[in-house]
This record gives sequence, C-alpha cells and structure tokens, in this order.
Amino acid sequence: MVGLHKSEFKNPVINWIDTRMPVFTMMQKEYGSFPTPKNFNYFWNFGALAMVNLVLMIATGVFLAMNYAPNSAIAFDSVEHIMRDVNWGWLIRYAHMNGASMFFIVVYVHLFRGLYYGSYKTPRELLWMLGVVILLLMMATAFMGYVLPWGQMSYWGATVITNLFSAIPLVGKSIVTWLWGGFAVGNPTLNRFFSLHYLLPFVIVGVVFLHVVALHITGSNNPLGIEVKSPQDTIPFHPYYTIKDSVGICVFFIVLAALVFFAPNFFASPDNYIPANPLQTPAEIVPEWYFLPFYAILRSVPNKLGGVVMMFGAIAVLFVLPWLDTSPVRSARFRPIYRQLFWLLVVSVFALGAVGAHRPQGIWVVIGRLATLYYFLHFLVILPILGKLERPLPLPESISRPVLGGGPMPGGSTAKPMEKA
Amino acid sequence: MADTAAHSSPSGAGHSHAGHGPGDGATKRDFLKMVAGAGALVGAGAIAWPLIDSMNPSQDVLALSSVEVNLAPIPEGSGITILWQGKPIFVRHRTAAEIKAAEDVKLGELIDPQTDADRVKPGHAQWIVLIGICTHLGCIPLGNKPTDPRGEWGGWFCPCHGSQYDTSGRVRHGPAPLNLYLPPYAFENDTKIKIG
Repeated sequence: MVGLHKSEFKNPVINWIDTRMPVFTMMQKEYGSFPTPKNFNYFWNFGALAMVNLVLMIATGVFLAMNYAPNSAIAFDSVEHIMRDVNWGWLIRYAHMNGASMFFIVVYVHLFRGLYYGSYKTPRELLWMLGVVILLLMMATAFMGYVLPWGQMSYWGATVITNLFSAIPLVGKSIVTWLWGGFAVGNPTLNRFFSLHYLLPFVIVGVVFLHVVALHITGSNNPLGIEVKSPQDTIPFHPYYTIKDSVGICVFFIVLAALVFFAPNFFASPDNYIPANPLQTPAEIVPEWYFLPFYAILRSVPNKLGGVVMMFGAIAVLFVLPWLDTSPVRSARFRPIYRQLFWLLVVSVFALGAVGAHRPQGIWVVIGRLATLYYFLHFLVILPILGKLERPLPLPESISRPVLGGGPMPGGSTAKPMEKA
Repeated sequence: MADTAAHSSPSGAGHSHAGHGPGDGATKRDFLKMVAGAGALVGAGAIAWPLIDSMNPSQDVLALSSVEVNLAPIPEGSGITILWQGKPIFVRHRTAAEIKAAEDVKLGELIDPQTDADRVKPGHAQWIVLIGICTHLGCIPLGNKPTDPRGEWGGWFCPCHGSQYDTSGRVRHGPAPLNLYLPPYAFENDTKIKIG
C-alpha cells in the first residue's frame, strides 16, 4: 500500500507528519476512538498498570545501571554506593526493587482476570500465549536482576536456579557450566546476567507491542465474556478508559510509594545485605515471593528431574490452556461449577506460595503435594471434562442488555436502545 | 483530535455558538482539564527530578574535594602534576627570572589581562598553582618539566592546538581565550598547601 495518507488533523504540522507517516491517525484509532466494551470493571486496569510498571522499571533501571558495576569484586559495594552516595540512589533502587514486586502483583492479577473471565478463549488464544511469553521473560529478567546486588541470596539463588538445568539427562552438567561460564557461579555469570538483565526488558517491550497488536485485532474481552454485538456495546477508549486507568494508576503509585517510603525491604531478604560468599550457604534459601509457588512445586516432587519438569510444566499448561478448557462460555459468572473450582485453584496457588516459604517438613510437604496435585488436575483433567459436563447459566443477549434493560428501570422509565453509537 | 470532539467534551456541545458572553467556549471542563494536566506535569517532574539529579556528582565524589600537597621535594624551575577532583593541578616552583618575567609584563599585552600578584598568594610568589587544563578545548599543556616544550614565554605549551602560556599561566598565544584557571587553595605552612 504505497501512497500518502489523507490526514484529517487540522494542525498543519501534525497534518504534514501524519500525511507522510500516519502515526497520529493510528494513535487516534487505537487509543482515541478505539471501541471498547462499556462494562469493564477495575480488573481491566491491570494491563495498563503493567505497561506503566514496565516503563517505571526500565527508567529506574537505566539510571541504576549508570552507577552499578557488574563485577563480582565490586558489585555489592557499588549497590551500597548507590544507596549511600548517589543522589536519590536509595529512592531509585528502592523503586526498582519494589517495582519488581509490584510488577508481579499487577501481572498476577492481570492473569487472574484472564483466567476468571476466560480471556484466553477463541479468538484470543494468541493474545493469551503472547502474555505467557511475557510472563516467562519477566521471570527470567527478575531472576537475573536479583543476582546483580551480589549478596548471599543473589549468589545462592543463582546457584540453585542454574543447577536446575543439571537435571537434564546427559547434557545437564555441560549446560550448567555453559550458563556459568566457569565451574561455579562467578564473575562471568554476573557479567552475562547483567547484560541479559538489561536486554530482556526491551524484548518484553517488543512482545508487549505484539500483545497489544493482537488485542486490538480481537478487541478486549469483558466481564460478561460475550462478544460485542453492536456499537451500543462500546464506548471510545478515550476519555472513558484513559480516565478509568488513571484512577488505577494513582492507586498503583500510592501503594508503590507506601512500600518505597515506609517498608522498602518488606519483600527483601536480610541475607542479601551480606556480601556473596561462595564458601557458605545461608541457613535458609528462599526465592523472591513471586517465585514461591513454583519453588514449592519443585520441592514437592521427590525426584530431581521430575521436580524441574513439573515446575516448568506449571507455566507450560498455561500456554496450552486455550485448548484445555473446552467450554465455549468465557466468563466464570455463567459457569457455576467452574467458578468454585477456580477459587479452589486460587487457594491451591496461595497454599503453594506458603509452602514455598517454609522448610519442606511435616505438614508442609503434605500441603505442597496436595496443592501441586490440584494445580495440575485443574488444568489437565478438570477443565477438559468440565466444559462438556457443566450446564452454564443463560448468557445475556448483549452487553447493553443487563446494563440498560436487564430489569425494570427505577422510576418506571422504559429503557430504549441508544440511537447513536 | 477533531474526530473525538463529540466524545471528549459532551458538555461542550452548544457552547461554540455566539451569545454566551465573555469566556465563550471556555467551560468548567476546560478548567478541570488544565488543572489535571498541570498536576500531572508537576507529578512527572517530581518523578523525573531524582533520576536527573542522580547523574550529578555523588556524595563520595564531592567528599574528595580537597588534597594536601607537600612542596618541599619540588626543585626550583620544575613543577609537578597532582590530581584534584579528577583534574590535573600544576604546582610549579618558579625561578627568580620566571617570577620577574611574569611580573614585568604590561597588562595591555595580555589576551586576558591579569597581574601576576593576583595569581599567586602574597609572600609565596615562587609557587604558582594552576588547573592544568587548556582553556581552549581541555587538553593538558606541557611545561612542568624543564625539558618539556614551554613555548616562547617559558610557561606552558599546549600540544593540541599550539596555545602558549607564560610563567604565570596567562595565555599569550591563542587559540585559547583565557588564562589557566586557579584552583582554590591555601598555604597551611611554608611547605604545604591544601587544594580545595
């Protein structure tokens, strides 16, 4: 498609640019007048929040990298230098550190939303899978970022996680040596982790772009999980959802500020303020909270390779979820049995989180195994069968119906369909 | 955003016609938009400032703001270079002839007129302390060692673009526009100075 764009913008400068490169028209179409289901609840804030969070992480990270030294001899000191000497260094580091936790909270709620309202179902399978890719990239980025301060938890976390790959038969050992660039976690490991920790966020930006492209082809899902039937079901993205997202963004920053200013080490392990010591493992190795459920799955399986496979499998099932769930009804609102089992899944994930934070002894082992079992049972057995057995509640005719004419209107006014989109 | 006007300011409809008196077209919504926009701008600035300021010299760099120099080992006619705040500082022990040459110059002859007395501490005319950075484009001039090229005026010679300085560190030949800068310093005793 060659040829100048016929721009409708009145401002001569914008018009001139838009004629040659219609980015303004595109932004107007995708973020201005973009037709969006009008029944979003606040769970639909979390995509925008994740975007804001990603920008926050990249911005603070770029400035941290200006003062951080990725060398095992001085990495720990350079972080302390940031905390004590660099102007506002403490603020930037605490924002980055707590921003990582906020990022996982936001993304996990985003994922919860997708699971509850069936956002992964056709035609949004690819959109969902791109989201799972983003989650994996985030986990890799967060893990490598946690290694950079070169404290005890950094060092031993890196050792434990990279050693997971030694479970691979035959080539496991060689792969681990290759990951380390040596025969233990050391300076070469730190150097490459820093390089990749800087690179991956920009890969995430790229996949987020694809995620948004896919979203703008299928359009957003909504709490009712039914398709948009007519323009009456939608409102333009701006100003309605720019404003609704702004409310969420304000709350997001309030929570982040509360963490940064009043409890900056709430999510942090005190052991990571001890410089890395290759000769002494801390008494208790605990990953960052956002990895705890996966860590619990790893430890629940009494077989090295099995545990590693199950841990990665916990993410892999999400990847194929669109084909595991056989029910054509999206929103859990209309799936009475799924809704209860969904909450059971949520409980089992939280239980796994608690198990991951405790020593694998006694009751914790039992809980860990039961929760792991249910996690996989839910995705691999229940969802394929339930779709065929469950009798969903009747779906509303359209998004507008339950909003405008779902019942008798107060004051006896009759609900007329809107005449204009 | 002409095509979203209908959506973005529903209350603005009807305000574009004449007959509304002063402030025609300006609505309460316009005011709220401006207040919200200004608030967002202040917030963005407040978030940006710590990031920008983090690029300024950090506290440990600022703490390295003074050094002490022992003058005793510097022979007459020679100078040393020391590092202060990452910059080279020339400390030169001038001979009587060099001092006289510096003092006898008529101010009219100078590119950047300044007397020699203004460039040394009273009673310590044999010591000249300069920031050893050419005022042209930041190279380090030669001339501390007696064997260095010192230029026509016996002071310093910049190898980059040929600027020449006299024994008081004043520029005598371009392209440098200004005399070599003086660092803040004080004599602690006759053989010791503190720079910074």
